[in-house]
Amino acid sequence: MTTVADKTQDKAQHKTRPTLPGPLGKGRLQPKHQARQGRQDARRRLVVIGNGMAGARAVEEILARGGAEQFTITMFGDEPYGNYNRIMLSHVLSGEESDADIFLNALHWYQDNNITLHAGVRVERIDRFTKYVFANNGHVVPYDVLIIATGSQSFMPPMDGLYTPSGSIKPGVFTFRTIDDTRNMVQHARYGDDPNSHPSDRQRRAVVIGGGLLGLEAARGLQSHGIDVDVVHSGGHLMNAQMGPDGGAILRRSVEALGIRVHTESRTTAVLGTDKVTGLRLRDQPDIACDMVVVAAGIRPNVDLAVLSGLHVERAIVVDDQLRVVDEDDIYAVGECVQHRGEVYGLVAPLWEQAVVLADHVTGTDTSSAYLGSRIATKLKVAGVEVASMGLHGPERDTDEHIVFSEPSRGVFKSIVIRDNKMVGATLLGDSRKVAYLTQAFDKGLPLPEERISLMFDLGGPAEEQGVAELDDDAQVCNCNGVSKKSLVDVVKGGCNTLAGAMDATRAGKGCGSCKLLVKQVVEWAADGAVAEDPAASYYVPGIPLDKASLMAAIRKQGLRSVSSVFAALAPGSAEDAKSKMGLASLMKMMLADQYIDERDARFINDRVHANIQRDGTFSVVPQMKGGVTSVQQLRRIADVAEKHNIPLIKLTGGQRIDLLGVPKEDLPQVWADLDMPSGYAYGKSFRTVKTCVGKDFCRYGTGDSTKLGIEIETRFQGIEAPAKLKLAVSGCPRNCAESLVKDVGVVAVEGGRWEIYVGGAAGAHIRKGDLLATVDNPEEVKVLSGRFMQYYRENANWLERTYSFVPRVGIDRVRAVVVEDAEGLAAGLDAAMQASVDSYVDPWTERDDPLTPGQFRTSLPLTVLPRVPVR
Amino acid sequence: MNAGRNLGPVGQIPFGEGRAFGVDGEQVAVFRLRDGTLRALSAVCPHKGGPIADGTIDQDVVLCPLHQNAFRLDTGCSTTGAEPLTSYDVQIDNHQNIILRTSAR
Ligand SMILES: Cc1cc2nc3c(=O)[nH]c(=O)nc-3n(C[C@H](O)[C@H](O)[C@H](O)COP(=O)(O)OP(=O)(O)OC[C@H]3O[C@@H](n4cnc5c(N)ncnc54)[C@H](O)[C@@H]3O)c2cc1C
Ligand code: HEM
Ligand code: SF4
Ligand code: FES
Repeated sequence: MTTVADKTQDKAQHKTRPTLPGPLGKGRLQPKHQARQGRQDARRRLVVIGNGMAGARAVEEILARGGAEQFTITMFGDEPYGNYNRIMLSHVLSGEESDADIFLNALHWYQDNNITLHAGVRVERIDRFTKYVFANNGHVVPYDVLIIATGSQSFMPPMDGLYTPSGSIKPGVFTFRTIDDTRNMVQHARYGDDPNSHPSDRQRRAVVIGGGLLGLEAARGLQSHGIDVDVVHSGGHLMNAQMGPDGGAILRRSVEALGIRVHTESRTTAVLGTDKVTGLRLRDQPDIACDMVVVAAGIRPNVDLAVLSGLHVERAIVVDDQLRVVDEDDIYAVGECVQHRGEVYGLVAPLWEQAVVLADHVTGTDTSSAYLGSRIATKLKVAGVEVASMGLHGPERDTDEHIVFSEPSRGVFKSIVIRDNKMVGATLLGDSRKVAYLTQAFDKGLPLPEERISLMFDLGGPAEEQGVAELDDDAQVCNCNGVSKKSLVDVVKGGCNTLAGAMDATRAGKGCGSCKLLVKQVVEWAADGAVAEDPAASYYVPGIPLDKASLMAAIRKQGLRSVSSVFAALAPGSAEDAKSKMGLASLMKMMLADQYIDERDARFINDRVHANIQRDGTFSVVPQMKGGVTSVQQLRRIADVAEKHNIPLIKLTGGQRIDLLGVPKEDLPQVWADLDMPSGYAYGKSFRTVKTCVGKDFCRYGTGDSTKLGIEIETRFQGIEAPAKLKLAVSGCPRNCAESLVKDVGVVAVEGGRWEIYVGGAAGAHIRKGDLLATVDNPEEVKVLSGRFMQYYRENANWLERTYSFVPRVGIDRVRAVVVEDAEGLAAGLDAAMQASVDSYVDPWTERDDPLTPGQFRTSLPLTVLPRVPVR
Repeated sequence: MNAGRNLGPVGQIPFGEGRAFGVDGEQVAVFRLRDGTLRALSAVCPHKGGPIADGTIDQDVVLCPLHQNAFRLDTGCSTTGAEPLTSYDVQIDNHQNIILRTSAR
């Protein structure tokens, strides 16, 4: 941290100095001298311009080399935030990740490391003779060592209509570079340019200009907001920087299968619309109507500052092997803004390598350290498709060997180029299992096996673990965060022997996520088989060392019918485990229906007394109100009960029912008896409720009878238990008043008497739009497919895994294949199992007349005064 | 040590569950383990007053139903870092009655 004295000087300078860059002159020398002489801190001053991935990483590397003793550190960042993981912006756009979760260094990191951060401040000029930087807020800060890490910006290809007459970018046109860009896109995707407009009245179509990594990620991200997306690409095939035409063609198939339209060899000539975007004009092709245009046509290094300040700039700022700007002694540059040996990079892996060398020199730790350029081996997940690419895309000489495997229907493509028995290039699409080995063969020029096909597949040959053993120590495992095999191994040897722990400690696997499998293999290998299994990771419940499939198989094989018998047969030492009981009880009830021997102690208190325990130990009572429809009789009875039992709070729930809160346990049976309504299951890990809108009988927009269908669904599936709760909805038209798109199963009536079924939506702690499972012709099919989906979920989801995690984990394609297309022949079994559960339904509130266990409804409330829930 | 209070037949408590009793002004949760033996702990969770007798148990611990803090059934010590519960001596006599000694161990 700059000292207090230093800070006041900064302020003094602020007042006396010109705020904007002016011509070099004597006038500014004087205050500078004051500043230099008045300093009490003996450390040199390090100033970093650019607080992005490269700038922050360089500082981390410098700190790791004891830089805090040598330097006071000041950072300038144009973006008003700490440092975040730019790679993850695609996930923020798609809503998989919240923007808060992608920060690498939050603001307190700067404080903790005594770094003065000027966030939201742009440096406009460097005076390299007097050694000052000039910021746009008037700050003038002296440096002894300067690092430029200004990154890049989106390239705007020349076309008409990008700007409004006043010179600002036309509303509806976006770039994709920063967190603010991403937030703006999400905003527009959700609400359009008029936040009050009705979503269904708006055209919801976006065109992405550019079919590279960024463009495809943008397209996929926008799609998850329910927007129709076209990608317009000027090249002959997608991702032409990473692969040849054959791979590009297969990628295109995969991308189109996602529902994204692709136009290659298409040049954009104009953005249409006078004050906002209404479409896009292409050369020699029909216009595309749209209300959103995303420009992802490449990047350009941010070099204006360097040019203005007289540094050596060609395509980017030119640096030597020490990352020093040529002809400068004290100025370094790193990241996407540099040109090294003629190369300008646009991915993160090279900048990790650069940051290391730069830190070696800036701190003087290793003056022999040199950066010799990066061999670009990219391993990415683009729009859900695994892509790995390195070196040449195809053969270039007559003697080059070219091995190609292509399986378009699965979206798999592999191509390897070999020269003089060395690998000089590879492209892998849709299956990256051999990537680690190939990357190493490429990096190190390893001799190759004679049987070339074993480069692409494991032919019963060396298993993956051996592959991991063969990896060099410095082989990069996680490209996003620059984690080598050695750093992972060191962490494991240092005693951290869980996968999650090693990932936390190194950040490996926390970027795009495509390396998670390899990280796992390395950790397992390093721990020599002694990986402390993260129980939650693979066991269904913590007390039984089996995953769900094996657990179910063991239960079936041994004919186990109760939770206690499962512990006796399958738990280590036959030991019961309190934490596992509820999950096992739910699983076995699902599997065995009326064959299940229900031991009440295995249930959570809510399921023992069929009500939801509250913070003061009382319970809430929610009677069933199918589809949110009630009657005069019900309302009257509920009112009477509330009055008779002095119910402290009567509340409408989010699931369209009435909640009676604050009922003592011992009163539950009488309350149910007086209500004489079935349980609404507002307390269990089970099917909860179906929210409906009024639908076509009353609503002037309705196209389907949503209320009726909602009631039928609730009648059929009431109370079935599941790994986690299930909330459903049915809406009568795409206006979606019942919010069907954010439900575990959501149904929407569409024109023509058809019904869309969405699964895996959420709008609680997580927000996720459900994936369209199918569009069907009648309500009967809705019930069949919803039931089959729920049964598939019940049988395959982890304990407490909501559908919003389950569906993306399994993949909607797979879910659809099983549930709709019956590709695995499971449908009949799923339907039968669900039917058995439906048949064994009994309203639990009938236990009021005949308690199942002694003292079932006896109070456990101590007589001491407890925190009281306020009565409203 | 006092003779202990007779809380009545052990059949009041189902196997694997707990029930609360008021004894000499103290609130006690008595659990009947699946092996038939009894354990007794104070009935109010030190965390936020949860009803311990409504918790889920195994042979070793009880989980408070409100926020799932775990407490050892024999000592009352928490395995999740909460303050401890008080543990009591509890037996079944020859007539299958619950005998509890409230002078804390
Ligand atoms: C959506 C998206 C997805 C990506 N996905 C991947 C991927 O999967 N894999 C991969 O390897 N790479 C990916 N990249 C590329 C990767 O993010 C970049 O290579 C990396 O961020 C470059 O780091 P940098 O520090 O050089 O630039 P940046 O991270 O852009 O940082 C530069 C910072 O400097 C600031 N700045 C600029 N000028 C000034 C100034 N004059 N004064 C003060 N501050 C200034 C900028 O505001 C910016 O914050 C992706 C990029 C994007 C946008
Ligand atoms: C012309 C368009 C629309 C019509 C005619 C319409 C009609 C209705 C009606 C009649 C209700 C019931 C109101 C009530 O219970 O008091 C309702 C509720 C609701 N609508 Fe709409 N709606 C429209 C657009 C939308 C849109 C665009 C959204 C969301 C983006 C939406 C979300 C909701 C929600 C969440 C409710 C439930 C509110 C609650 O329970 O309090 N509606 N709508
Ligand atoms: S969703 Fe239902 S209530 Fe809303 S407009 Fe459509 S039919 Fe009417
Ligand atoms: S009250 Fe017992 S865990 Fe919170």
